[in-house]
Amino acid sequence: MKKSVFLGTVAATTVLASMAMAQEGGATLAQVMERDELNCGVNTGLVGFAAPDANGNWTGFDVAYCRALAAAVLGDPDKVSFVPTTGQTRFTALSSGEVDVLARNSTWTYSRDTDLALDFVGVNYYDGQGFMVSRELGVTSAKELDGATICIQTGTTTELNLADYFRANQMDYTPVNIDSNAEGEQQYMAGACDAYTTDASGLAATRAAFADPESHIILPEIISKEPLGPAVRHGDNNWGDIARWTLNALIAAEEYGVTSRNIEELVRSSTNPEVQRLLGTTDELGAMMGLDAEWARRAILANGNYGEIFAANIGEQTPIGLARGLNAQWTQGGLLYAQPFR
Amino acid sequence: MTDVPAPAHAPFRLSMLVNDRRYRSLTFQVIVFILVMAAGWWLIDNTIRNLALMGKSFDFGFLWSRAGYDISQTPIPYTADDTHLRASVVGLLNTLIVAVLGCIAATVLGVIVGVSRLSKSWLFARLMTVFVEIFRNMPLLLWILIVYAIFTEIMPPPNAYRGDDPAASMIFFDHVALTNRYTSIPTLAMTNDPGSLDLGARITFNWATIAFVVALVGGWFIRRAILSHAQTMQDRTGDRPVTWWKNLAVMTVPSLVLIWVFGLHFEAPSLQGFNFTGGLNVSNSLVALWLALTLYTAAFIAEIVRAGILSVSRGQSEAAFALGLRPNRTMNLVILPQALRVIIPPLISQYLNLTKNSSLAIAVGYMDLRGTLGGTTLNQTGRELEAIVLMMLTYLVLSLIISSGMNVFNARVKLKER
Amino acid sequence: MSDTHAQTVPFVRDTMLPSAAPPIRESGAVRWMRENLFSGPVNTILTLLGLLIVWFLIATFWDWFAHSVWNASSLNECREIITATWGDTARGACFAVIRERWNQYLFGFYPRELYWRPTMTFGLLMVALAPVLFSASLTIRRVVLAITAVVTLWAMVVLGAPVVWLAFAVLVLAGGGYLSERNITWLLPFSALYPLLGVWLLWGGSLWGPIFVLVGPALGWVAWRLLSRVSGLLATVAAILVTLVFWMVLAGDATGDAERMLSLSIESVRSDRFGGFLLSLTIGVAGIALSLPLGIVLALARQSDMFLIKSLSVIFIEFIRGVPLITLLFVASLLLNYFLPPGTSFDIILRVIIMVTIFAAAYMAEVIRGGLAALPKGQYEAADALGLDYWKAQRLIVLPQALKISIPGIVSTFIGMFKDTTLVTFVGLYDPLKSMSDAVRANIEWKGIYWEPFIFVGGIFFLICFGMSRYSMYLERRLQRDHR
Repeated sequence: MKKSVFLGTVAATTVLASMAMAQEGGATLAQVMERDELNCGVNTGLVGFAAPDANGNWTGFDVAYCRALAAAVLGDPDKVSFVPTTGQTRFTALSSGEVDVLARNSTWTYSRDTDLALDFVGVNYYDGQGFMVSRELGVTSAKELDGATICIQTGTTTELNLADYFRANQMDYTPVNIDSNAEGEQQYMAGACDAYTTDASGLAATRAAFADPESHIILPEIISKEPLGPAVRHGDNNWGDIARWTLNALIAAEEYGVTSRNIEELVRSSTNPEVQRLLGTTDELGAMMGLDAEWARRAILANGNYGEIFAANIGEQTPIGLARGLNAQWTQGGLLYAQPFR
Repeated sequence: MTDVPAPAHAPFRLSMLVNDRRYRSLTFQVIVFILVMAAGWWLIDNTIRNLALMGKSFDFGFLWSRAGYDISQTPIPYTADDTHLRASVVGLLNTLIVAVLGCIAATVLGVIVGVSRLSKSWLFARLMTVFVEIFRNMPLLLWILIVYAIFTEIMPPPNAYRGDDPAASMIFFDHVALTNRYTSIPTLAMTNDPGSLDLGARITFNWATIAFVVALVGGWFIRRAILSHAQTMQDRTGDRPVTWWKNLAVMTVPSLVLIWVFGLHFEAPSLQGFNFTGGLNVSNSLVALWLALTLYTAAFIAEIVRAGILSVSRGQSEAAFALGLRPNRTMNLVILPQALRVIIPPLISQYLNLTKNSSLAIAVGYMDLRGTLGGTTLNQTGRELEAIVLMMLTYLVLSLIISSGMNVFNARVKLKER
Repeated sequence: MSDTHAQTVPFVRDTMLPSAAPPIRESGAVRWMRENLFSGPVNTILTLLGLLIVWFLIATFWDWFAHSVWNASSLNECREIITATWGDTARGACFAVIRERWNQYLFGFYPRELYWRPTMTFGLLMVALAPVLFSASLTIRRVVLAITAVVTLWAMVVLGAPVVWLAFAVLVLAGGGYLSERNITWLLPFSALYPLLGVWLLWGGSLWGPIFVLVGPALGWVAWRLLSRVSGLLATVAAILVTLVFWMVLAGDATGDAERMLSLSIESVRSDRFGGFLLSLTIGVAGIALSLPLGIVLALARQSDMFLIKSLSVIFIEFIRGVPLITLLFVASLLLNYFLPPGTSFDIILRVIIMVTIFAAAYMAEVIRGGLAALPKGQYEAADALGLDYWKAQRLIVLPQALKISIPGIVSTFIGMFKDTTLVTFVGLYDPLKSMSDAVRANIEWKGIYWEPFIFVGGIFFLICFGMSRYSMYLERRLQRDHR
């Protein structure tokens, strides 16, 4: 009797938690619609990119993308369930269907795109791996780091880049493997490593939180390309399109000067045909992906366009203080270049 | 439980499968067997279908491809150009290193603490109780993180040793440097290096090591022969020949000769560039993990030891005192041999726990099996099924080896009941 | 002359002297110190060593604790306050982070206005445990239930529980107290129903769910009663089948229909809102509760005469005990999706609970096996002599005694598992120790805070585990006395 009650508890949990879902390839959009919620895989906590606040509300650069996608698909930026994933569980969470989209500052690489059967839908942040050293070390270039001890997060592409970089320059180093960014900072601050290497954005965020940021410098060398972007599963192209064009809509909105403040006005008065198509006032672009005409409007309204999201989460006005750099619009000398809405 | 035997000629009926005691257990086992097989088939079938759906295969080929990442502690030569298999072996060796060191240290510390808890010094005994309770009742992960953090915060960085008036100085006659990255200890160096025995796969053994092992093992066997000879002499004549200097000689002289032949000496580490070189740099992640595992497990072992000692009845020690044995001989000759029988079985499971707990190494970035095969390799290749299955099997084999080895030992110290 | 006289007359004392104070070395604190601290050279050294350790610890950490800041909204503000109050070089603790984020360490992301629900759930857990864990002594039961009642009700009021639920809690606690005074075994039905109640309170949703889960076994029992005249085996099979079929086919729809007719639901909270100690306790308690029946079955199987059953159970137990929990958690997070039919995917917390249950069951089986082995052989023989069949003998004679002996071991297993729940951090769940601290540190205000969360979380772990281990030791001593 006792046992059956316990079994029943399990069954009840399954029912009550109502997390059970069946999924077959090719129907992610339908599932998301039916669930009325988007499952979005994010980092367990990375300053500026994804972190829960004191009330459990997620904020950050990657989080904003998830909210925009939810707004585009479901009409409400709050209909997102954020699934925190670690470096190890992130791709499995995606391929097993636990999350619909993975927005966890993951680098778009060849083997991930092919062998791991992921589809990266674009790049929302062009990053690169850099080094941070203490100013008093007197090092001004990564080429002077021969023999240094370097803190590095395990299980990331940075580990491979570091090995490649030092081999290519015939230098030696001692890796200090660390598990999370917080451990890394702590090790670096205590002087357990001469240099800390991770994505330049992460370095900037880390440095910003130090008691005396001035005594640490970020070396000029960027040793790798780290195009970070959201990813979806292979095999569901329609869902991939939605994820891709939501990102493009955010980027294009900035290019055309559509912001969350002036969007209503532009819907009524804009004469730019590109903007009209983007905002769904002419042509039915949304229908081609199975959405309504106003999807992009909602996506932009959720957190603003790409520029607004950047400024609010990681831009120069925030404590993290990242410059746009490569992530400026192509018209401003950056790499952001949304494909045309046509 | 006397069954009334059924008449031999009773014809077999189907209902006997359920109602007859002789057949019922067989029926039950067959049913269970079928159910287990069905469940196994179901799992395997699901796995195959899932793999097909994801376009993956079950294939250990990734083990032979280039790993591409560096490991901070490599007991055997390893570079980023080596295979994932070699990286996994490095990880396994690292697991073994911390497990063996941890078991030894935890046993020593645990016995000391366990005995100290029975000490007459009130303050010290209480302090040991506090130690045991604090370490037993907080998660190991917390201790690993704390010990590691203490190491990085308290120890000076290597460049504190630099300059004419360094902020830190090396200890043990300038031979050991404690830093917040590693503990730099002297290495053994030889002036007449005899070269190495190449075992293939870039695993080498120095001939000097082999010579020392041979000398020590040989010496031990000769010592045994001397002792048994002395025993027979004593049995025959009643006089025991003096053996201590012979024993000392066979154990030490060959080694001393070898030291002289190879010109063995310590080479102290010295600060060059960013770091100490010349010595052996034992990374803090190893030291911290080892220390945390030791402290945590020692708290459990201390309780086991204390319970074991208390289990020996008071009359035993009183009898020993009545015979005029001194307290330490009472402990060594009377109490411990009896307590060991109670201590060893739970001690085995503590060793197993320590080995399994070493998989938390990733929290301090110590690259053990879980960090290489189950960490970076898994992550870079995306072969989670193969990597985790392989990792579980390795741990399982490790556990079985430890427990069977310790069981053999247990059988030897067990009370021989005749 | 008088001298001589004085010597020849013997002195006879006719009154008692007032007793002299013992020599200063043999009395009071000095004597105690001499006996307990400095009774020999070795002990003196040990005592001095002990003093040295204590002094070192205090000297190293005292000023850090003394300079602690409890009121600040960010780490930088803390640093400023410390510098302003105690000077430039002072170091100090910034416990303000605990003040700001204590709720996340305790409840994770559970909705703030519903904090009273987990509080009540774990308060009622003590009532449900009373007949199992605290059956031995009335005094302990009184103390435990009184403390539980006061703490739970106080916390519920503070956390703003609705009056209806306060009344419910008062009712259950008072009922528990009353029954525990009268006859504690009457509380057992509540213990049996508690898992469903707990699940419903924690996750919320419709009350009809647990009700229909209960209806399944009830129907099964009816089937068993109807068929038991015909054949015992058939009745058992039918009962199990009816229950399972009801759960799989009918329960889900029935819940929905009943809910539409009469809504009995409370706000539902999803698993991903769980975190901190709420997560640890949920996983720990669910794991132990679920692993107990599985552990009993495994232990009995391991004692069985049937070769196949015995070897299967040995293989299972040794396999689970031979691998680290962390690999099993990886199986839960990475591999379970491979082993289940394509397309099934369920809640990670449930998956973790399943793996933790399997893990704990193997250890539980060994604990219970110890209990079975400790039972005198005469008990088994007596059961056989009475003509009881295997299940009756186990149910009526062997298991009640064996389980009672195993309780200290079960509590120890629970402590170990409760501590091990911190490992869920490696699969991306918010354990109180690492993930939650990392998440707090991922906010720019608290980036760089390190020691304070560890001290807070470690302290809570210590309190819970220490309390339980003391209780299990007490039970152990009590059992030993019973057996003499």
